[in-house]
Amino acid sequence: MNRRTLLSRTTAGLTTLAAASLLSFTALAADTIRIGTVAPKTGPLAGGALVSQWPNVDLWIQEVNERGGLKLKDGQKKIELVAYDDKTNPTEHIKAVQRLATQDKVDFIIAPYGTGFNIAAAPIYAKYDYPQIAVTSVTDQIGELTERYPSLFFTLGSTTAFVEGLRDVLVKLKDEGKINNKIAMVNVADAFGIELAEVARPTFEAAGFELVYDKSYPLGTPDLSPIVKGAKATDADSFVAWSYPPDTFGLTEQAVIEDLNVKVFYTAVATAFPAYGGKFGAQIENVLGAGGVNPDTPEMQAYRTKHEEVTGKAPDYWASANTYASLQILETAIEAVGEVNREAVTDYIKTHTFDTIMGPISFENQNSNRFWTVGQWQGGVFRGVVSSNIDGAVDVKLKDGWK
Amino acid sequence: MTAKGWKDLVLIGVLVLAAAFVPLVTDGYWLSIAVTAMMYIALTTAWTLFSGPTHYISLATGAFFGVGGYLVATGMSDHDLPFWLMAAIAPVVSVVLAALIGAATLRLSGIYFVIFTLGLAEMIRGLVSWVQNNFLGSRGLYVLTDFTEAHIYWMLLAIAATVYVIGWLIDRSRLGFAMKIIGNDEGVAKHLGIDTARAKVLLFMVTGFFSTLVGAIVAPRYSYIEPNQVFSPELSFMVVIMALLGGTQKLWGPIIGVIPFILIWETITASFPNATTLYLGLCFLAIVYFLPNGVVGLVQKIIAKGRSA
Amino acid sequence: MDILISGLLLGGTYALVAMGLNLQYGVARIMNLANGETLVLGALAAFLAFTAISLSPLVTMLVVAPLSFAANWVAYRLLLRPLVKRAKSPGQLEVDSILATFGISFALVGLMVSIHGEYYTYSFLARPIEILGTTVAENRLVAALVAAGIGAALVGWLNFTRTGTAVRAVSVDRQAAQLVGINVARVSALAFALGGAVTATGGTLISTFITLDGSMGVIFTMKALIIVIMGGVGDLRGSIIAAIVLGLVETAVASLIDPGLTLVSAYVIFLGILLFRPQGLFGKRNA
Repeated sequence: MNRRTLLSRTTAGLTTLAAASLLSFTALAADTIRIGTVAPKTGPLAGGALVSQWPNVDLWIQEVNERGGLKLKDGQKKIELVAYDDKTNPTEHIKAVQRLATQDKVDFIIAPYGTGFNIAAAPIYAKYDYPQIAVTSVTDQIGELTERYPSLFFTLGSTTAFVEGLRDVLVKLKDEGKINNKIAMVNVADAFGIELAEVARPTFEAAGFELVYDKSYPLGTPDLSPIVKGAKATDADSFVAWSYPPDTFGLTEQAVIEDLNVKVFYTAVATAFPAYGGKFGAQIENVLGAGGVNPDTPEMQAYRTKHEEVTGKAPDYWASANTYASLQILETAIEAVGEVNREAVTDYIKTHTFDTIMGPISFENQNSNRFWTVGQWQGGVFRGVVSSNIDGAVDVKLKDGWK
Repeated sequence: MTAKGWKDLVLIGVLVLAAAFVPLVTDGYWLSIAVTAMMYIALTTAWTLFSGPTHYISLATGAFFGVGGYLVATGMSDHDLPFWLMAAIAPVVSVVLAALIGAATLRLSGIYFVIFTLGLAEMIRGLVSWVQNNFLGSRGLYVLTDFTEAHIYWMLLAIAATVYVIGWLIDRSRLGFAMKIIGNDEGVAKHLGIDTARAKVLLFMVTGFFSTLVGAIVAPRYSYIEPNQVFSPELSFMVVIMALLGGTQKLWGPIIGVIPFILIWETITASFPNATTLYLGLCFLAIVYFLPNGVVGLVQKIIAKGRSA
Repeated sequence: MDILISGLLLGGTYALVAMGLNLQYGVARIMNLANGETLVLGALAAFLAFTAISLSPLVTMLVVAPLSFAANWVAYRLLLRPLVKRAKSPGQLEVDSILATFGISFALVGLMVSIHGEYYTYSFLARPIEILGTTVAENRLVAALVAAGIGAALVGWLNFTRTGTAVRAVSVDRQAAQLVGINVARVSALAFALGGAVTATGGTLISTFITLDGSMGVIFTMKALIIVIMGGVGDLRGSIIAAIVLGLVETAVASLIDPGLTLVSAYVIFLGILLFRPQGLFGKRNA
């Protein structure tokens, strides 16, 4: 091969390559907006994320693309999703978000699933100015964290708000003379459970309650019957468990078997899952849990129907709606700004009110005070009974046996 | 041997210098991979220090790492103590812990030692959660510092380099010689009058010290510490897997085990976002069947071929 | 009495988790880190069959056991036998089998998550039943009874049949077994497959009272390792006794002291036993 053919071939090759990459680049720039997300598909948090997070991401993208995409100044753009599995591992999560930001160069990122992951990833979102609407995140450090990370938003409430929501329910029932002042409380010995129990102890005691049983159990305890037996041996009218998904199921099943005869039965995460209702049927009538929704508004009904239609399963009665609402906020803000300008979108979120399936949401110091804290299974639906600034709470009913 | 030993040291020196420049070249994705790789390099090298010569496979890495991360977090969040103080205290705690474990496991060998360390790590994890739940209490363990990825990277690099140098020195000391004999035949070592117990415990303490330091340094990267997450048995397994892939007979084995491992891992994660775990598993199997002696074996084979050619 | 009965039931659960691994590690010398995933696979089958066609897990179990036996047989012949052949020392086989089964466990997790990523929730025999004045769940009782049945059958088979004796011989000394004309490769495959069948059966039963998901296998793998080592490698009786001891200790601690300390106490017992008997309860020196 002589030098000239080599040269010409190289030039031709490079030109083709350049043309191709230019073409694909312009094609991308013209048609789509790239949105990334990192959440668990495997590992301990996957079971929850596959209920509350992933289906809503799918639903939202399908809906937006169905109507032609996000309306920007230079035309409508369909969403292209770039999704990674963090395997419920912070190291993996950090790497994946970095990959989204600096390799895939996505335009926006949907916030992670879980308190720890939202906090661990916050520095990266802040560094590259991605607005981060942290939905599935319950912490008492909202003030310090939002001060540190100017593009971080919270929507699900604080640890204290959750405890106080339940306290209000208990105080009301006690004042009406329906329950005594004794509580049997248990918690899973993991960050979430330890924090809630720590806040609950002084809160309940200050409200005139006595904790007659107060124990923790390790993550992954295979047999919870000793705990339920222990609680049954007390004369508490209320049973409160700051629990995680597998043990929420386990504690409830044991309560049915032991016929734990309390008037208030509360389990935390996963009580709002459709699978919880599916597993126990009518037995869990009047069980209380974390979260809740008002399923009667037309927006919520439309959302629930669409969710089932697109993803083939029902959304949960708590974080699903919040997650979807956070995507609506992102959508509105991006369309209002009209271009991929992340700082402008963040500013827009800070200063505007958004119409969502949960009603109007706005942020004060990057925190939304519109969320449900306690819900109750009533007639096969998990309805909100205590909220912060949302209408539609129903009255709490007493648990009356497990039949 | 001596000359080659010095050559190894110089080579590592050059590598460390080169590695120190990584954060100046990139600060995004590749740096975060580099931090992860450096974390595992430090952990596996520390692991190999003990497990390489003795052939005792330890699954206690997660326990040490957890002690580091947890003490830093609880000190900073619940007692307002400075990061550096906690990062200094944690390894000392672990050295004591390692001495106890070392002394307790003297009679164990083989698989019994492996699972003993696993059980011990799990016990510590449960105990820490329980103590925190009942006595310390917590409103969340936050490790909020101003460290960037680059800072963490440099600190981990310094740890890795230190561990390597210590390993190199031990290799040349009476202790190192003793360890090699123990690894070959513990009975012979005892007959030769080597205090096998003391040698093993000492080395285990060094491993514990550095694994804990890594945990402490990485804590600011996680920002929010959950005891069940930092005392991770998964981490213990990963370290063993990477060390075995690299080969444990050379102190530099872990380095060439970790880097390809992390790169393959990344490639798979990026290429198959929907079935990462499945493909990772298949890839593992491929490695086991096609690289029977780990990456070190491959490297040595290539070198040998190069020489004979 | 409460403690005794609940403890025995939990012990039965643990026996289901550990007996399979004992066969696989004790006889076939494969440190199977995919043990927990095999168990969860059984659970997944039970869940799918129950939710799709309301099939009782007790029926599913009868289908799962032979399927798992076949799959594990094939896995051993295709994936693990080459490692056994190539290993120059027991140490190398240990390393190779750890790496290979670690890979298998990842692949299985990926597979299960792609089939059903959420929790395997359903309700089966979640009814109370009284035994000697103690209320227990029927599903736990059934699992413990099946565990007892499997355990008794295996111990009987190992001690009173020709094949069983061959299996025990291989577990004690592979070379000697070879010399007396035992087909070690065949016996190892048999033990490995049988272990897989027992573990998957355990999974179908456990799924009736513990809510699992695709990623939870590792918890069971660790529990199984602890129990097998505590009982002594290669002796099924050891594993069964260790499982019962753990069940009783955990229940006693949870009821009398603090449920927060159950796992800690289990590990303390494990560590204590190893300190006094470095080869486990029934293990032999140099086994």
